[in-house]
Amino acid sequence: MRIELVASVALCALTSMALTPIHHSAGGTVAGKVTYTGTPPKMKPIDMAKEPSCAKEHPTPVMNESVVTGPGNALGDVVVYISAGGPASAPPAAQATFDQKGCQYIPHVLALQAGQKLEIRNDDQTSHNIHPLSKVNPEWNKSQPPGAPPIEVAYDKPEFIPVKCNVHPWMHGYFAVLNTSHSAVTGDDGSFSLTGLPPGKYTVTAWQERFGTQSQEVTITGNETAKLDFVLKATEY
Amino acid sequence: MSRVARHIASIAALGILILISATGARAQTVHGLPDIGRGADTKPNTRVGRADAGKPEYTRYCAGCHGDRGDGMGENTQWIDPKPRDFTQATFKCRSTPSGSLPTDQDIINTMRRGIVNSNMPQWRPLTDQTQADILAYIKTFSPRWKTEKPGTPVEIPPETPVTTESILAGRAMYQKFECWKCHGVEGRGDGPSAASLTDSKDQPIHPYDFTTGTRFKCGTTNADLYRIFMTGLDGTPMASFADNIKGNQGWDLVHYLRTLQPIRTPEAALWKTWLAAHASELKPIGPPESGRN
Repeated sequence: MRIELVASVALCALTSMALTPIHHSAGGTVAGKVTYTGTPPKMKPIDMAKEPSCAKEHPTPVMNESVVTGPGNALGDVVVYISAGGPASAPPAAQATFDQKGCQYIPHVLALQAGQKLEIRNDDQTSHNIHPLSKVNPEWNKSQPPGAPPIEVAYDKPEFIPVKCNVHPWMHGYFAVLNTSHSAVTGDDGSFSLTGLPPGKYTVTAWQERFGTQSQEVTITGNETAKLDFVLKATEY
Repeated sequence: MSRVARHIASIAALGILILISATGARAQTVHGLPDIGRGADTKPNTRVGRADAGKPEYTRYCAGCHGDRGDGMGENTQWIDPKPRDFTQATFKCRSTPSGSLPTDQDIINTMRRGIVNSNMPQWRPLTDQTQADILAYIKTFSPRWKTEKPGTPVEIPPETPVTTESILAGRAMYQKFECWKCHGVEGRGDGPSAASLTDSKDQPIHPYDFTTGTRFKCGTTNADLYRIFMTGLDGTPMASFADNIKGNQGWDLVHYLRTLQPIRTPEAALWKTWLAAHASELKPIGPPESGRN
């Protein structure tokens, strides 16, 4: 048990050393919370009756995820990223993973960097077709039957790409292909943290699939944590 | 010979000529279909096109639907379904190349010549090879992708395997396994459980192909065309590429099965009919496993 723990801690340390560029280990942080004002649309339960193999994986119906909220008007699944002023960085060696499980996309919104390797998996007992509706990047559409190997792709240009499965029309997600490795997707509590920022003046942008984008400027001088909150205006439809 | 008699004679001669050519065409039937323009559609066009020469031709023949800016918003577009191709995206249904890649020049020439069945895109075979090449060169000016990307490498199609009952049965198993029936229906009628909700990449409703009424496909007529369609997928539509999951001769099994669904006399359909007459009860129905089928 103890050996295992030590080993896993060592492994974690090793991995983070391998994956994190040097300038990330120190530097400033931008952290805060994304909330909404107004009335967000009510999310409806998804009827998966047409796909029994997925329906049985959800004892309670899954809700539509286009607006994810938490207590205190917190807004989840918001991509917060450095949109200007960030240091140019090569795409991370770590691959981003997008999973299809229970006829849902996990995560619903995936932030990745242009050029970063993206692995798409099917953990369902049904065939999916992965159809990212890109406009700037080439649009493709591939089938992935149960047990098929992961699909490996990369996107060259920054773009927010809606992803859908034509077979299961309720499946909906996003690839947020960004020009930066400094990005985060908020959890249900709306919080985010962008770390390892060298001193400089940055534009930080928050993007939500229904409520659009909002940008703010922030200046980092050292190793401090700059607090930055976003309030997005909820639109009902 | 009087003038009238001469007239009658020449009309008769014309009739005989038409008859002869019709019989000739009949003799070349492929799977019971008159062999209209096969080969002529896909004959290599080796002409080098010039965009400036193509522009007036495009304006004359194409812009009414595809729009002056190539965005698929011509004056006829509002009346047309399916909608004309938007060339500014450089996303094309009929390609020999993998999903997401640009088609070859010949792919687009083939589409021009054969037109697209069940759509308003007619056959442009009367245009000369040079005009087709010029129009193609002009179409390529609508998207910057043609400057920065090369067409993909065409999907390899091995020589066709013999049509056998085993091949058809293997293809039928693929139709079940890859869940083709989810859109194309358990009998190929285009009425699967997902059919009603399908939309193309521009959110326009789109129908899956109905094999039971269709003879030609959007992207060709031959067995090799059919093979190519499911390997490359039809970009911009819900029809995905199966190239990652169907390999080599396996593809021919699926082709052979799909041919049994069509309302045309094919060697596959004949063989299948004979086999079914004695073995129909052995088949598990196609459809969802949970419903006790399969």
